[in-house]
Amino acid sequence: MITVKNLYKSFNEEIHVLKGIDYHVEQGEKIVIVGPSGSGKSTFLRCLNLLERPSKGEIWFDGDEITAPKANVNHIREHMGMVFQHFNLFSNLTIINNIMLAPIKLKVMSKAEAYENAMKLLQRVGLAEKKDAYPSQLSGGQKQRIAIVRSLAMNPRVMLFDEPTSALDPEMVGEVLEVMKDLAVSGMTMIVVTHEMGFAREVGTKVLFMDEGLIVEENTPTEFFTNPQSDRLKEFLSKVL
Amino acid sequence: MQEAFSKIVQMFEIAFITGDRWKLYLNGLGVTLQVSFFAAVLGLLIGSTLALMKLSAGKNGRRSIWDYIASVYLDIIRGTPAVLQLLIMYFIILSSVRNGILIAIISFGINSGAYVAEIVRAGILAVDKGQTEAGRSLGLSKAQTMLYIVIPQAVKNVLPPMGNEFIVLLKETAIVGYVGLSDLTRIANQISSRTYEPFMPLIGAAVIYFIIIKMLTVLLGKLERRMRVSDNR
Repeated sequence: MITVKNLYKSFNEEIHVLKGIDYHVEQGEKIVIVGPSGSGKSTFLRCLNLLERPSKGEIWFDGDEITAPKANVNHIREHMGMVFQHFNLFSNLTIINNIMLAPIKLKVMSKAEAYENAMKLLQRVGLAEKKDAYPSQLSGGQKQRIAIVRSLAMNPRVMLFDEPTSALDPEMVGEVLEVMKDLAVSGMTMIVVTHEMGFAREVGTKVLFMDEGLIVEENTPTEFFTNPQSDRLKEFLSKVL
Repeated sequence: MQEAFSKIVQMFEIAFITGDRWKLYLNGLGVTLQVSFFAAVLGLLIGSTLALMKLSAGKNGRRSIWDYIASVYLDIIRGTPAVLQLLIMYFIILSSVRNGILIAIISFGINSGAYVAEIVRAGILAVDKGQTEAGRSLGLSKAQTMLYIVIPQAVKNVLPPMGNEFIVLLKETAIVGYVGLSDLTRIANQISSRTYEPFMPLIGAAVIYFIIIKMLTVLLGKLERRMRVSDNR
């Protein structure tokens, strides 16, 4: 579904963040990416929907090269949902309008369809009664659940999560992970950058360890956590577990 | 006491009543408001355009040609006195145009645009980058993200400094007398020199400016409060 070939990213031609990444994601996989801060995992994720332009390399999504100069970036992004660390709900819009904006403006749905779809999604995460609230009136956990369904409203084929629980108070992490687990069970293809090792173990089909701009190790969760190969991963796991 | 009071009444009469002079003030106020209003509208259009030009990204992280053009405009306008700009417009650039009010509107609009540009630019930059990223990640275009997400939030940011700019503009139009327009300030000045009683005309004009600007301030305050709805916690 997603193929990454020889991906490089540097900023200002000085700071080299990604140093040659090759990876392939199959439909329905749940890839969890872990690694120390500054390892390039967020940059890698942001390259996948071209929020960051790769300096070199190719990304293929469902048979199309999205890094091609003439690729329709906006159209590609309609099919890739993204959830951010800081939620990024549109603060000028109510919750329901946050969810309905993209489907309506991009003419994916009629207003009535978008509303119905939004309400269904809100019920799914138990926040239907918040539909007319503004983002500033919600807790962090509620905001992130809304951010997830806002992406889902576009019926994406893959969901990217960029440290979705890192900005949350500890007692709110659970409710967000719960929604993500449900999503995983429903068959969504997911790529998740996180520090939640429990989530990686429980939900991931593959866990990647990134360090210094490279994928150092890749394995099934069980193998990844019980039988790490590289010294760097062993060291990392000894610190976080 | 009696004497002082009747003196004041007399001064008031000379300044406002004799020969229906109050009509002159009213006409003067009309000129002031007309120039201010249309200059503000023009300034808003020019300023918003300049702000977008300044924010346009060039290739490979370099400044765009639009950014460069806008910066030159800003340098020239902010680097010269408004009175001079008005005189240059009136006597040189638009010397063939007979309509003084129109020239004043254009001149002040161009001047105000430079200041509005920086206000708008700051307002847009103050909107969290994450808002744009979220919009783009949903598939919205740059323009759609600007229109539906960034600009509505920027408007809220710019309201206080924009109100300030309008107030400055309204008072700055007091220099249109330089090109022969009879605005409120010039009328007051003329009447005081004609009657040799400067107190009432000048203080009177000052009070009129004050009241107009106070009303503007109250109006802007109301607007601002209404726009803060989404910030309620």
